[in-house]
Amino acid sequence: MTRIISTLYAAAIYGFIFLPVAVLVLFSFQGTLFPIPPFNGPSLRWYTAVLNDARLTDGLVNSLLVAIATSALATLLGFLSAWGFARFHLPASALLRGFITLPLTVSYLIIGMGLLIFFNWLGLPKSLMAAGIGHVVINLPLCFAIIYSQMGEHQANIERAARDLGAKEWQVLTLVTAPMLWPALFASFFLSMTFSWDEFVIAFLLTRFDTTLPVEIWNLLRAGLNPKTNAVGSLVFGVSIVLAIVFELVAFRKRPQ
Amino acid sequence: MSAARQPIAAWASVSPALLWTLAFFAVPFAAMGVASLFPKGEAGLSLAHYTQFFTNPSYWRSLTNSLEVTLIVTAISVLLAYPFAWILAFGVPERWQRLALMLAVLPFWTSYVVRSYSWLLVLAEKGIINDSLLGIGLLSEPIQIANTRAATVIGFVHFFVMLLTLTIFANLKQLSPNYRKAAADLGAGPVRSFIHVILPLTLPGIMVGAFLTFVLAIGDYITPQILGGNNELLMPQLIMMQIGRRGDFAGASALSIILMLVVTLAYFLCARWLKIERA
Repeated sequence: MTRIISTLYAAAIYGFIFLPVAVLVLFSFQGTLFPIPPFNGPSLRWYTAVLNDARLTDGLVNSLLVAIATSALATLLGFLSAWGFARFHLPASALLRGFITLPLTVSYLIIGMGLLIFFNWLGLPKSLMAAGIGHVVINLPLCFAIIYSQMGEHQANIERAARDLGAKEWQVLTLVTAPMLWPALFASFFLSMTFSWDEFVIAFLLTRFDTTLPVEIWNLLRAGLNPKTNAVGSLVFGVSIVLAIVFELVAFRKRPQ
Repeated sequence: MSAARQPIAAWASVSPALLWTLAFFAVPFAAMGVASLFPKGEAGLSLAHYTQFFTNPSYWRSLTNSLEVTLIVTAISVLLAYPFAWILAFGVPERWQRLALMLAVLPFWTSYVVRSYSWLLVLAEKGIINDSLLGIGLLSEPIQIANTRAATVIGFVHFFVMLLTLTIFANLKQLSPNYRKAAADLGAGPVRSFIHVILPLTLPGIMVGAFLTFVLAIGDYITPQILGGNNELLMPQLIMMQIGRRGDFAGASALSIILMLVVTLAYFLCARWLKIERA
């Protein structure tokens, strides 16, 4: 009896979780103008429409650029600071570490608002660069926290050995520390990528003409329900799943030790 | 290695991150605070935007709306996710668990804007729900779900059920099975064992998840804007409206700071359950 109830309950929750995604993907193949029942398909016309829409393809390229550049920078800054805090005794270390992780506790909306007002005062125009700066702000604490948590004492010993063998400080960092920490570095970079790729409100506030894909999709929404939105949404979903599987395979692969 | 030996390397490695956070987080935040004190069209310093919040009923209403929606969402999400995580953790054979969990969070990978839009497809006047309910004769007229608070709540719950399933699952899995065995040996039935043993042990994890839900939901603009529409405004919608329609940076700043204070207050109210390092 309990078994039946649990199975039914799990099925209902899975149904709830998958319902909107299933509807999204199904009606991306709609043959007519509206993504509502009855389903007239399958047709690829909306996928063709997406690929021929320069705004969406530009948005896609912009999103990728911003995601890669900001994740690389956030991972680099996070790595350097994590290493510094883990290996040296700095004054007020706990306070400074708290300061770096502080943006984690603030809504993206508020971070975006602050930057909007600040850049406005400085007379800086809205741009992809401005949004990218915001994305580093939200991802840096995350990268720092992930990498800092992986800095162990045994790595410090290996670093010491490298120094004793004559390695310079930058050589220790690039040739010893970074390779030892690659799973943490990879996880930081990848998580930052997904957050930046999906981020809306900061990009919406800080960009104008050249913008990211989520903002372009938002612009598309103003036209109401439209199978083209389904098509672009399904494409993004597909790409993200492929990336997630790659991540799963690379990061959690059992490595011979 | 001591600070005395490598002070330059130490500060060189930590200062880029510190300076970035200072320049693009702390200073902008301070700028926002200053901006909120200089209302548009008024000469000089004024608390008008803060007092307005307490005197203008529509502003105050947006805060209570936000709090109501967020608390409803948090409660429903925890209640739905806990049994689900339980079934995944104890009802699914070990070798299928990873797959079952991955499937349970698969829609995370849809874009955040698209996720709300896809609920619109389901809930719209001519969407799937109305179409099927009318089709089987359960309804004679379409019901309005899109552009109501219910739609906002559904969209939020969808996201947070996935998030909480993950956190509660992790929590349940790290419990030693010995607790349940011991409770059973001492004569507790499944219900008593759950209420007196399992639930208290998983409570810290639930509270962390619930707090995360609260923080993420109360600051979200997209879900209420796409699904709830403009019939009733939540705080983030009101904030965006200040900049969008009126270009009122001072007003938007004041509201942002009030929103942040609310979240901070919530943190202190929950703080005694949020000792993450002990969990």
